[in-house]
Amino acid sequence: MTKILMIAFMMIFTQNYVLVQFLAICPFLGVSQKFDSCIGMSGAVIFVMTLASAVTWLIYTYIMVPLGLAYLSTIIFILVIAALVQFVEIFLKKFIKPLYSALGVYLPLITTNCAVLAVTLLNISENYNLVESCVDGFSAGVGFGLALVLFCGVRKALERARPPKSWEGLPITLAAAALTSMTFMGFAGIADKLFG
Amino acid sequence: MKQSKWRIFTNGIFKENPVLILLLGCCSVLAISVTVSGALGMGAALTFVLVCSNVVISLLRKIIPDKVRIPCYIVVIATFVTLVQMIVEAFLPELYASLGIFLALIVVNCIVLGRAEMFASKNGVLDSLLDGLGMGIGYTLVICGIAVVRELIGSGTVYGLRIIPEGYQIGIISQTPGGFFCFGAAMALLVFCMRKRGKEFDPRIGCDGRCGNCGNPCENQADNIRLEQIHAAKAAGTETGEEGVKL
Repeated sequence: MTKILMIAFMMIFTQNYVLVQFLAICPFLGVSQKFDSCIGMSGAVIFVMTLASAVTWLIYTYIMVPLGLAYLSTIIFILVIAALVQFVEIFLKKFIKPLYSALGVYLPLITTNCAVLAVTLLNISENYNLVESCVDGFSAGVGFGLALVLFCGVRKALERARPPKSWEGLPITLAAAALTSMTFMGFAGIADKLFG
Repeated sequence: MKQSKWRIFTNGIFKENPVLILLLGCCSVLAISVTVSGALGMGAALTFVLVCSNVVISLLRKIIPDKVRIPCYIVVIATFVTLVQMIVEAFLPELYASLGIFLALIVVNCIVLGRAEMFASKNGVLDSLLDGLGMGIGYTLVICGIAVVRELIGSGTVYGLRIIPEGYQIGIISQTPGGFFCFGAAMALLVFCMRKRGKEFDPRIGCDGRCGNCGNPCENQADNIRLEQIHAAKAAGTETGEEGVKL
């Protein structure tokens, strides 16, 4: 139990995928302008990451390891994720309409999201079991969502700022991201103290 | 003829630099630019994958069916990434440790997939090879440039050689916030130089209307997909006579 809590805490705060580990920077900068799309994107990411963690873990443990295919994990995982995203899209469209209308647009954007592939590969290299992998995927998604929503607020404030001419647009946004990530550095020591 | 080949090659280095101008693949640039040696290794790995996948995809461009092209590209790219992973792990274990997960993540690097989609699927083998090489060198130059600054300020060394004495470093530059800040500063410098030369340049995420051509998720792309869905629904609605009106 402590381990699961620790994984969740680490993934959301101390090892936050976006602001500490530099994963999924493209959607972080690309989709953080409107609050609605932030929520939609993070919902889709949480959903796909949790599902992908579970599915890839099962495939790795029960198919790839017995067949001695562990070295192909990069190829197989990315294909599994691509197929999974397509499948989820079709499934939601057919059976869960409201969820589809909320997340549908963002699902195709996720296949090439590096955080999803990263979470599945890291689950394997950290030797997590099935439950830990799912928690890892879920909380990594939550961490992504948290960073996205926080940064959306920062960008709203940034629209009213007047930076030097050369810094306008993306450069000042990156500088703001630097400050946002600095706040997450404050969590660094907490995990060890909390979970000892 | 020779001129145009040269232009394809230099296009990736200056005019359409994948990192600073097309803004693709920023994840690895931010994460790996802590040390110059890591940056060089990453640049070499990415260039290798880019050149090989461009050549293979260009060779297969008439065979791959249009509808399943993205999965096909991903398989080709992932094959070369796995190759690189194995080679680096076997011969350069130190580099393998410092690149970590980002070596495997070349698979989903927007630059590789973007060039496959935008260039290799439409051009000949030699052109694709030159394009891959140019883009790879452009990426390597930018990541090494940022790494030199970050390593010098953050740990006082360049490629492991001590330049600033111990105790005078600004550690935060080699940590996460420094990565964001240095990348922003590099971009601001580029804008400044462009403006000095009388050219307007507005850095922003995206593909200048060439959406759907790169793997880079952005709001434009989401809007485009939304539009497509509405059009599709409308087209279906006029045929079956329902649902179209609601959208």
